[in-house]
Amino acid sequence: MRVKVISRSADEFTRERSNDLQRVSRNYDPKLRPQEKAVEYVRALNAAKLDKVFSRPFIGAMDGHIDAISSMAKNPSHLKGVFSASMDGDIRLWDIASRKTVCQYPGHQGAVRGLTVSTNGRVLVSCGSDCTVRLWRIPLASGIESDDSSDKSLATYVWKNAFWAVDHQWEGDRFATAGAQVDIWDHNRSQPVNNFEWGNDTVISVRFNPGEPNILATSGSDRSITIYDLRTSSPARKLIMRTKTNSIAWNPMEPMNFTAANENCNCYSFDARKLEEAKCVHKDHVSAVMDIDYSPTGREFVTGSYDRTVRIFQYNGGHSREIYHTKRMQRVFCVKFSCDASYVISGSDDTNLRLWKAKASEQLGVILPRERKKHEYMEAVKNRYKHLPEVKRILRHRHLPKPIYKAGLLRRTMADAEKRKEDRRRAHSSPGSIPSRSLRKNRIIQEIE
Amino acid sequence: MEIHDVSDELEIKVKKYQRGEGADLESLKDKKLKGQLANKEDLFKKSANAAAKAEKWLMQTEEGWLEPDGLEKTWRFSQQSIANEVDVASRKNQFDLVLPDLGPYTLDYTSSGRYMVSAGRKGHLAIIDLHTLKPIKDMQVRETVRDAVFLHNELFFAVAQKKYTYIYNRAGTELHCLKEHGAVLKLQFLKNHFLLSSINKFGHLHYQDITTGQMIGNYRSGLGRSDVLQLNPYNSVLTSGHSGGTVSMWKSTSSAPLVKMLCHRGPVTAIAFHPNGHLMATAGMDKKLKIWDLRKYEAIQTLPGLAKSLDFSQKGMLAASTGSFVQVLATSDSQDYSRYMIHTMAKGYQVNKVLFRPYEDVLGIGHSNGLSSILIPGSGEPNFDSWVANPYETSKQRREKEVRVLLDKLPPESIMLDPTQIGNLRNTKKKEKPTQQETEAEKAAAIAAAKNVPLKKKTKGRSKPSKVTRKKQEGIEQAKRSFVEQNKEDGVMKKKQKRMTDPSELPVALQPFVSRKTT
Repeated sequence: MRVKVISRSADEFTRERSNDLQRVSRNYDPKLRPQEKAVEYVRALNAAKLDKVFSRPFIGAMDGHIDAISSMAKNPSHLKGVFSASMDGDIRLWDIASRKTVCQYPGHQGAVRGLTVSTNGRVLVSCGSDCTVRLWRIPLASGIESDDSSDKSLATYVWKNAFWAVDHQWEGDRFATAGAQVDIWDHNRSQPVNNFEWGNDTVISVRFNPGEPNILATSGSDRSITIYDLRTSSPARKLIMRTKTNSIAWNPMEPMNFTAANENCNCYSFDARKLEEAKCVHKDHVSAVMDIDYSPTGREFVTGSYDRTVRIFQYNGGHSREIYHTKRMQRVFCVKFSCDASYVISGSDDTNLRLWKAKASEQLGVILPRERKKHEYMEAVKNRYKHLPEVKRILRHRHLPKPIYKAGLLRRTMADAEKRKEDRRRAHSSPGSIPSRSLRKNRIIQEIE
Repeated sequence: MEIHDVSDELEIKVKKYQRGEGADLESLKDKKLKGQLANKEDLFKKSANAAAKAEKWLMQTEEGWLEPDGLEKTWRFSQQSIANEVDVASRKNQFDLVLPDLGPYTLDYTSSGRYMVSAGRKGHLAIIDLHTLKPIKDMQVRETVRDAVFLHNELFFAVAQKKYTYIYNRAGTELHCLKEHGAVLKLQFLKNHFLLSSINKFGHLHYQDITTGQMIGNYRSGLGRSDVLQLNPYNSVLTSGHSGGTVSMWKSTSSAPLVKMLCHRGPVTAIAFHPNGHLMATAGMDKKLKIWDLRKYEAIQTLPGLAKSLDFSQKGMLAASTGSFVQVLATSDSQDYSRYMIHTMAKGYQVNKVLFRPYEDVLGIGHSNGLSSILIPGSGEPNFDSWVANPYETSKQRREKEVRVLLDKLPPESIMLDPTQIGNLRNTKKKEKPTQQETEAEKAAAIAAAKNVPLKKKTKGRSKPSKVTRKKQEGIEQAKRSFVEQNKEDGVMKKKQKRMTDPSELPVALQPFVSRKTT
């Protein structure tokens, strides 16, 4: 007969010298791990609780302005800086790491309505309600306080009407301003190269497409969103909604999609090729959404609203993933997502720019590979069980300021009442006489070629 | 042919890691969800494949086997003949500790299989390190000892002594005296939940959380004295066998058993569970050894013989002992258990307990004259996972593991018959009338809630004990009242229904008088 018994030699399983690593042997057999789902559930619960324990999103405020912040711009070739402009004409370049002003660009006489940076990151374009467009030089060295006001101003172009917004092409030399109509400018010309007009109303915001440098979207005070193509020198499409759109942002990873921040507290995501129906309606704000910016990953966007909060949404999510608010932060007029997708900067009525983390419980600084693996594991196990009631309750919990909470409840009650009435009307009238319109289509009045 | 075999083997391994069938995505209508779930299923398949392929490199140790030549039967081989063929290190695992004075011995191993605690009925306790075969602590408590179990590691063990249960340190220091358990007959430790459970002389089950010291559950089994208590490692459900032949399964959060099965025609003498959670072996005084399938609650095999103690090994072999005879049963290619090895001891040695040692091909036997350990090739899992149980643990690793295991401690509510149900969707209940069981459960819950309500302590003699008890009773009556009212309503409805009878049931003369509306 032949027989063999399990025999292990201790040498194979213990380390030779005390400065060696300990030996680890693995066996992934599920039989050795009874009740692994329960253990995973407990870990998910602990991960959710730790998430809340470490959730400290507010990093700091950058103060220096003496009037409300009206617009911000980020430099695509320089991560550390952000430009901000206020209602009294003060433009500053901030160093985000130290939260201090690097340099100021004095010159505007009234409110600065729009800021943008050129493609190569060297020229800052600003426009204001004093009917001027000004070009400024951006200092190369970062973080150095350049007091030397050796004429950073490159050019000043005066035009006929006050401007509301400005945006620069992502690849190219043109920038567009929004005012009575949409004007296309070149850096070297003192007059617009081209202009577009469709209807008689002011254009209040303009954005170039990140993928197609010649396409831009504008929103006007006639509640419309218009898409123009520079090459055809004529407007391409117009979409009229029930309420005015305050700002538009294109998705940098899916350049055919854009999201519009609307006056009726919702954001609408559209596919630019198919404007008859919104792709997604993002509802959570309780007052007009003033500004919107996409993360460079294209997976989420940040919105700032008149209701004093900043919210972060998933690109395809109907409700916000995160809400940031402070007692001191008043009406938020502009928000920007930093270029490394880690921070959110909000500029508000109380003359401060605030720096927040995009992921509230993220550990900043250098993370060891073991720590990173652990964080990834916690994320994964939380996502697996996030629909279960205990975990969901913890993950969903956010403290809301009382006025916002009450306003939210009120809006919900009103929406429910309206829906109930609509259902009853439909139930008591002949079938088909009252068509049911989806929310995505509901807000659109018409689309015009 | 070879390629075929290899790919079949790989498929079997992949199936092991897949943990069941994939989800049925065809019936989903939501496209977004379907896409997300299809991605996830893909990832699961990939990880199962990777784990199956990595097995070749990760599994260093080979399992044991016993191959007879020609027509010989495996159970003809004695321990002596096996010892002759095996290497020196493995022969060390075969030993006989003769301790004739101190009563029948019971034993327990830690989950890594390195340490063993042995307890003699007359009060002799010993912890032995099985790698060096040295006793770590040897002590005499001078009292009857009925059972001993290790807690989460070798530092702590619990002993069921004459009147109370005690928890001792590795150094022999008495750490706790657990009086609430009473005179315990058998102890079991639920590793994942850190619950020490016991059954005492009156048939009362206790569950105590040893991290906080709180008594989680204290239930009367209602079936009399029982000294058979076994833990199902798959779902942490405690099972006790009773003198009427019933086996009842308990969880820590309910006073009624989860399952009650009638297994034998006489008292149940031993129970054991297979590590896969489907099989249960029970032995009774009716000289039968039954193997049950726990998914269908059916006996799939009945073997003749008595058994005072049963245990399943990690690889699914079943050890059964009566008197001085120990036999080990194993499944061959068929699903049935047949005799694999036997071990007869000298006539005076009455075997009290058999227990397989984890991660080794060793069976430990506690008997009236001491302890023995014999080799059973092929019974242990050869490859351990350092992060589950490590026989070569250093003290630093042990401390880290303790912290991690405490962080992953499961709440007592997670004990259920099917542990894979966690995270699954509950089937939407139709608005039916709740069944009697459900109403009874609700009633019990309401009464328990009423009993736990804390009453405010009033001053100036207004919270006399009589008044407090009366107020409490009123609360309980209030809780019961709602159910009585419900019952009354049901009773009235039943009576009303009775009046409206079927015309075919009535005598012929009365049939024309049945109202048309009811027909």
